[in-house]
Amino acid sequence: MTLMPPFRCLRPATAAEAARLLADHPGAVPLAGGTDLLVNLRRGLGTPPALVDLGAIAGFAAIAEEGEGLRLGAGLTLADLAENPAIRARHPALANAALAVAGPTHRASATLGGNLCQDTRCVFYNQSEWWREGNNWCLKYRGSNCHVVPKNDRCYATYHGDVAPVLMVLGAEAEIVGPQGMRRQPVAGLFRESGADHLTLAPGDVLTAILLPPQAGWVAGYAKLRVRESVDFPLAGIACAVQRDGDRLAGLRMAITGTNSAPLAVVADLAGADWDDAAAQVLVAAIRKTANVLKTTSVGPKYRRRVLLAAARRLADDLWRQAAP
Amino acid sequence: MKTILELTLNGRPRQDLVADNLLLLDYLREVAGLTGTKRGCDGGECGACTVLVDDRPRLACSTLAVQVAGKRVETVEGLVRGGRMSRLQQAFHEKLGTQCGFCTPGMIMAAEALLRRNPDPGRDEIKAALAGNLCRCTGYVKIVEAVEAAGGATEAAE
Repeated sequence: MTLMPPFRCLRPATAAEAARLLADHPGAVPLAGGTDLLVNLRRGLGTPPALVDLGAIAGFAAIAEEGEGLRLGAGLTLADLAENPAIRARHPALANAALAVAGPTHRASATLGGNLCQDTRCVFYNQSEWWREGNNWCLKYRGSNCHVVPKNDRCYATYHGDVAPVLMVLGAEAEIVGPQGMRRQPVAGLFRESGADHLTLAPGDVLTAILLPPQAGWVAGYAKLRVRESVDFPLAGIACAVQRDGDRLAGLRMAITGTNSAPLAVVADLAGADWDDAAAQVLVAAIRKTANVLKTTSVGPKYRRRVLLAAARRLADDLWRQAAP
Repeated sequence: MKTILELTLNGRPRQDLVADNLLLLDYLREVAGLTGTKRGCDGGECGACTVLVDDRPRLACSTLAVQVAGKRVETVEGLVRGGRMSRLQQAFHEKLGTQCGFCTPGMIMAAEALLRRNPDPGRDEIKAALAGNLCRCTGYVKIVEAVEAAGGATEAAE
């Protein structure tokens, strides 16, 4: 007995073969750990003709030194990411963000690439087929009305990945293998603010690795807000990296998740400023301007907006103290 | 589209012709007849379908059968040795770690994965390892005590 849609499961042995299979089978989608995709398919969200299982690609979960940085295979499980001694020592914020994802059983199969490329979520979308049919579907799938923003200009489903904002503040790059070969681009470039089409990867593109540059002088952290300390997606998540020069901020990077249809960098020009209440207000104003918290989760947007700003301030304060000379 | 799935299930090699879209949970329950693994939320939220794949916990409801090709899969039935319950199963029985019993196979397999990596875990480690398993009877205290007992933190219940 199965209520899964019919599909073929293809198991390529290399990333190039995976890219070719994805390009040759229109509508095919890549499968990694399955904790997001298979659950959605089981809920009747999508009917791809084929899944391309990336789990058999050789070396897809490798960690390697590259130059002065680290190359993380996209097939690394979040459990491996959270436990790896090199990552814990050099990028504790990344290890902590991986550890904050879902529960331990999910993390044992969910992967770095899969977490980055997870689908957007919405309280009107992640529901049973009967529920959605009773609600006349929605703009993200099968319907023509957005129940969150009724002007229907686009889908406002929210991106809830925990790892992406951390990679953004660490200045990480994504390695992508496509039909035209391999390319690298900043992680932020993987996403666009459109809930029904939030990934910029083209058909045939496979996210193969993440490249982390060294973080000399930066202290980074990730704060996740959620109802329970396990399993839950973030109601909001904030990644921040701070570089301190005595009593002044030499640099501050921040990115947020769980608020918009993509993880977004928060732009606040605070380099050279003292870290005080005035600087914090500038940062909070920049977050308020960037975040677009809507009624996409079962927890109301008013609460999420308030805790987002408060938690971001607290995280920046903590990192400022940790970065003390 | 069907594929011949070869795997080791509870220590025994098996071959089955399975559809590409068959979930591991449906394979275990409907094809292999191992109904110990439970269908709870059917969406990766409750942990009732937790099995071991190469000694690591895995949600059978969020895994395709073909994804475990060539791997070692273990279910709660596979912990039995010579018709006797394992030390962990016995501990769940004696420490009253089971109420209605529906979450128990998933709890036991998640705990088994922990004990294989860390034979004597502390209470916090046990809670962290079981953080993805829900018990609707809310019998968590006895469940943690059962795993503690099986781990040897207190005298084993054999």
